[in-house]
Amino acid sequence: MKKTAAPMLKCVVNGVKVSRAIDSGLTLSDFLRGELHLTGTKTGCNQGECGACVVVVDGKAVNSCLYMAVQANGKKVITIEGLKGKNGDPHPLVQAFADEGAVQCGFCTPGMIMSAYALLLANPAPSRAEIKQALSGNICRCTGYEMIFSAVEKAAGLLRGRGGK
Amino acid sequence: MSDNPLFCVGKSVTRKDALAKASGEALYIDDYSYGGMLHAAAVRSPRPHIRIKGFDARAAEKVAGFVMLVSAADIPGKNIWPVVKEDCPFFPETESRFQGETLALVLAETRLAAREAAAKVKVLCAELPFVEDPLAALEKSAPKIYGGNNVFSSYVIKRGDVEEAIRSADAVVEGVFTTNYQVHVYLETQGAIAFPEAGGAMTVYGSLQCPYYAHDAVAQALNITHNKVRIVQRVTGGGFGGKEDVPALVAAHAAIAARKSGRPVKLVYERDEDFISMSRRHPSWTRMVYAARKDGAITACKAKYVLDGGAYATLSPIVLWRGTVHAAGPYKIENVSVESFAAATNKAPCGAYRGFGQPQICFANESLLDKLAEKLGMDPLELRLKNILRPGDKTITGQVITGSCGLEEALVSVREKSGWAKRRGRLAGEGAVKKGLGVSANYYGVGLGAGGKYLDRAGAHVSVSKDGSVYAAVGNTEMGQGAQTVLSQIAAETLNCPYDGVRMTEVDTSRVPDSGPTVASRTTLMSGNAVIDACKPLRGRIFKAARELLSAKGAPEGAMEASGGEFRAGGKTVSFSEAVKECWAQRLKMAEHGWYAAPKTSFLPENGQGDAYVTYAYSANVAEVAVDTETGAVRVEKLYAAHDLGRAVNPRLALGQMHGGALQGIGYALSENLVYKDGALLNPNMSDYVLPSSMETPEFDCSTIERPYEDGPYAAKGFGETPLIGPAPAIANAVKDACGARVPGLPLMPEKVWGRLKDKA
Ligand code: FES
Ligand code: FES
Repeated sequence: MKKTAAPMLKCVVNGVKVSRAIDSGLTLSDFLRGELHLTGTKTGCNQGECGACVVVVDGKAVNSCLYMAVQANGKKVITIEGLKGKNGDPHPLVQAFADEGAVQCGFCTPGMIMSAYALLLANPAPSRAEIKQALSGNICRCTGYEMIFSAVEKAAGLLRGRGGK
Repeated sequence: MSDNPLFCVGKSVTRKDALAKASGEALYIDDYSYGGMLHAAAVRSPRPHIRIKGFDARAAEKVAGFVMLVSAADIPGKNIWPVVKEDCPFFPETESRFQGETLALVLAETRLAAREAAAKVKVLCAELPFVEDPLAALEKSAPKIYGGNNVFSSYVIKRGDVEEAIRSADAVVEGVFTTNYQVHVYLETQGAIAFPEAGGAMTVYGSLQCPYYAHDAVAQALNITHNKVRIVQRVTGGGFGGKEDVPALVAAHAAIAARKSGRPVKLVYERDEDFISMSRRHPSWTRMVYAARKDGAITACKAKYVLDGGAYATLSPIVLWRGTVHAAGPYKIENVSVESFAAATNKAPCGAYRGFGQPQICFANESLLDKLAEKLGMDPLELRLKNILRPGDKTITGQVITGSCGLEEALVSVREKSGWAKRRGRLAGEGAVKKGLGVSANYYGVGLGAGGKYLDRAGAHVSVSKDGSVYAAVGNTEMGQGAQTVLSQIAAETLNCPYDGVRMTEVDTSRVPDSGPTVASRTTLMSGNAVIDACKPLRGRIFKAARELLSAKGAPEGAMEASGGEFRAGGKTVSFSEAVKECWAQRLKMAEHGWYAAPKTSFLPENGQGDAYVTYAYSANVAEVAVDTETGAVRVEKLYAAHDLGRAVNPRLALGQMHGGALQGIGYALSENLVYKDGALLNPNMSDYVLPSSMETPEFDCSTIERPYEDGPYAAKGFGETPLIGPAPAIANAVKDACGARVPGLPLMPEKVWGRLKDKA
């Protein structure tokens, strides 16, 4: 591999400061999975077509397979691993996905939950149509989506009950 | 099994693996890496049919991190992948038969280096003539890819006198129907990691449905005995049939590379490689005739069914067999003639996909049945009710249907729920948008049946630890369908242990003997019965110990209630873990193997008569669609479905299978369209191969009909595939009801619907 001056990436991942020299061609998904060993973020296509790799950057859902790691410089990144509560409790979205039957093979699930997380940050009480729209970039081949919609609605209710946290 | 009411079977307990998957903790194959591990990338055939002359790897060798090239010459064992007809090599030696076939692997220190180097390997080759169309492949003049006639396999079913029945019928309808490919697009692509072990042994981890197929393949490729191979399944991100046979090829490739390099090798596919080279549903061509009396009784069915098998036989013979046996639909018909062929073409081999040869022919027969109803002036749902199989009736293979048959109830259920009688033909549209309802019925032989009977057995190993926790191992895999949950429920129910106390992990071939493939909706039935078989002796010991402890606590002798992980008598209670502790104190054997072999089937291949399957699952669908007559775009607004599955061990999981299967059926019907041109696949990606998203999912109204199957675990039969089969023809029939256009080819792309509308106008 060619040696190029490696740029520095400084960002906050799941509340932890990260500072590393990285390859400028590295995608955020490869950085998270390969360098930080945060394998909860999945890749199903590496082409921005499936949504399995969605993470939240500064409050917005992005496909981390298309997003260059250097673009995250100075930003806050949240991955599925970052949704755990202080004492390890599952986030209401995670719990609701499990309880409502929204998980089958599970490969789409972390990305789906991160898209839903970004939606609820922006809109704590989404309608079903808004949920469908927000998840339209996340393909699930197993569930038929119905139980995923219910899980998001349930989690939204729980989160509103505890003031969005 | 006991008089106690069921406490776990029949309940919608939370999936065993749900929280681990939703929190990102579950580890899939690509989430593992090991010290010294190499990465493999495939060198693929550039054209549909070539003579291979060699490789020029000079440019590849210059890529930093390049380690070696691995090809056919490096296979220590026999270069034939052991699957059905044994015609497919692990790596082709002199001739490659489809674009995208793996010719060699590049090993490198990183994944990127492996890919870069693989792209730089030049395949030295000469092009050979190729054939793309299955009907053309059956012509005498076609280039020969398989045998003397390009036929992988063919079957007949003959019953009564079809020609005479057609001559003397009051109504005869005929049609030609086609269906295109469908690709599984499991969200996790194929992948495996192989580890060379001491003494020539090999361990392979993989994303797969059928670990024992991979076991056979790795043993054959490396020329080692079965006891030196260990296949361990990792959490598998979807299968739907696509991880039935081909993961054995991926595992063998990784193992051959690991043997040559002496290092662990990871081989994970990119999405386009998966599209180009892995299995998919066969395209089909069917010509079919139905004949009936004035009163609607169907008297004859005649069909010719052709599947496009691709370049190697792989699973085509058994896919074709299932389609053939179910060809005439779930109806009692005295005169039947079915001929079927799987043809060889120079495209990637087709294989197993949920429904396994049935969705194609079901589209044909259920479309044609509506045409028959039209000709007879009958309501299509009532026509079905008049002809469907009921207990005591015979299928087209002469098999007598047993009591576990709820097709009539299923049809009545969707008729009532959809408001069929009042709404069909009368739905109001808006402007150019027209609305309609369509129905379909189908049945599905559960398990492998006569087509694969020597494989139809399964094992289990259940071990109860002294702390009262239970570990159950089986040979059928969890791939998202919920096998671990359902089998844990069955174990918990049989042992009277709390559901939370049972743990299962992915299949490991060193723990349980060859249990056949995880296909054909057979896991609940086969592994479920094997788990019960393993649990029974343990149950005897635990129940006896519990009774002794109750007596010691002063409870009166006699009956004891056992439920929910507790044993109760005379106001005293003993917990499951106390009873287990007592068993261990008495030094009893607390681990057992279980086994279940499916009952024999009596099918005769010569005339296609006899019992084809041990039992059948049944379903009915009504689709409610909106057609934009200006563009031809079809939208499914609501789907009503009812399924007879014997018993739902976990109703929520069963519902999940219905929703997910139905949406795959909707994709199959409307948008999933793989396009080949000149032997090359044009759309190997998820933008141009259009999958249903959250925006396309309709409102679902699905329900279960429970007609207990005596030989099933707690009366359950499998059904995971049926939800996909019925939607496509129901949608096509609804489109006809909405706007008058009958499209005889799947998928119903807007241009096809619009074209038919234009022709009509
Ligand atoms: S992996 Fe990023 S969108 Fe598919
Ligand atoms: S659960 Fe398998 S893709 Fe969504």
